[in-house]
Amino acid sequence: MIEMEKVSKWYGEFRVLDDCTTRVDKGEVVVVCGPSGSGKSTLIKCVNGLEPFQQGTVTVNGVSVGDSDTDLPKLRSHIGMVFQNFELFPHINIIQNIQLAQEKVLSRSADESHKRGMELLERVGLKDQADKFPAQLSGGQQQRVAIARGLAMDPIAMLFDEPTSALDPEMINEVLDVMVELAQEGMTMMVVTHEMGFARKVADRVIFMDEGRIEEDCTTEEFFGTKRGERAEVFLSKII
Amino acid sequence: MNYNWNWPVLITDPYFGWIVSGLGWTIAVASASWVIAFFLGSLIGIMRTTENRILLGIGTVYVEIFRNVPLLVQMFLWYFVFPELLPESAGNWVKRGIPLPEFWTAVVCLGTYTASRVAEQVRAGITSVSIGQRYAAKAMGLKPFQVYRYVLLPVGYRLIIPPMTSEFLGIFKNSSLALTIGVLELTAQTRQIEEYTFQGFEAFTTATVLYILVTFIVMTIMQIVEKRVAIPGMVSLRAK
Repeated sequence: MIEMEKVSKWYGEFRVLDDCTTRVDKGEVVVVCGPSGSGKSTLIKCVNGLEPFQQGTVTVNGVSVGDSDTDLPKLRSHIGMVFQNFELFPHINIIQNIQLAQEKVLSRSADESHKRGMELLERVGLKDQADKFPAQLSGGQQQRVAIARGLAMDPIAMLFDEPTSALDPEMINEVLDVMVELAQEGMTMMVVTHEMGFARKVADRVIFMDEGRIEEDCTTEEFFGTKRGERAEVFLSKII
Repeated sequence: MNYNWNWPVLITDPYFGWIVSGLGWTIAVASASWVIAFFLGSLIGIMRTTENRILLGIGTVYVEIFRNVPLLVQMFLWYFVFPELLPESAGNWVKRGIPLPEFWTAVVCLGTYTASRVAEQVRAGITSVSIGQRYAAKAMGLKPFQVYRYVLLPVGYRLIIPPMTSEFLGIFKNSSLALTIGVLELTAQTRQIEEYTFQGFEAFTTATVLYILVTFIVMTIMQIVEKRVAIPGMVSLRAK
């Protein structure tokens, strides 16, 4: 579903991504972890072309992301994305946040998008918040809305860029629960996170990054077993 | 000081009519200029936030030229120099062909000048919407135009209501410069009354009060607008 082949990216002289090669198959849940500044967020943003890259190829469902002929908005509409800071649009209410792209990108009718939005809000347990504005919700609630907003587009895959990093500890689980459920339903997911409990529970594979390189790319059992390398070892010992 | 106060002279014919007509022209010049300033300024400001280098360049050059030449000089350039640069028939049309050439010249001059200032406000508004909002909007498949239309502009414009109010007030005050090319707006009429009656104190006091009155009304309207569009729950946008 998602293939990355020798992807490299520079900010001026600084190499943020260094020959990154990996793949996420259909139905797979892949967790990307690594120390701050290791390029995890940049890597995941290359998947839907939010970050351009200078070398290598990224293909999503057979479509090349880096190709200048690719209709990026169309490609992105098939991939849901959830951000660290939720990024709900503050000037429209919750249900409008979920309806916006359904109507403007998928050309669904207002009724249809509203119905789909309410279904998803019910699913993430926020049906009664539909008419509130983002700033009136807690961080955990906002992030669940953001997940619902991504799902409303009926995506083929979901990208999560540190979805729980900006949350207070007591709100992390309400977001993780939604993600676990999603993973168990077979959604293809690429998740940048430090939540090793989540990785252990639902990830099929774990990618460990350091200084722009993919240092480890192995099954979850291998990663939490004994096969990991020194850097991953040090990283894990710090966060677990 | 031996000054012969004579307030009633202001409500005698023809001076009262002059004041009314002067105020009318001031409002007409300022309002028409504001339409140009708002739309052109928004366009230029948006151009300065795009990723397209040509648009960016055009926007920057525009702002630097119109912001850095004194308004009075611009007024003279538009009125005396600009028609001479055109082919003869077009130049004559600008000078004599169009109805109210002084009025329209003043409007174009004030409008294009204020547009450069509005552009900077709009640019500031858009860039103070976080980059994450832009990412989120793009990630759901919105096209560049839609990203601006549905996300960046609605929030950006709300942020810049206070400085835009200042620009709107500025256009009223700057409209007095139109007298230099022969528009009989409020300041011009006031001077004329002074010349005819030698009651300069009364005339200029009245003009001052009228300018303050007009700008006070503008401020009140803008405050109502600001409250109307305030986003519920957002403290930074002064909502309740």
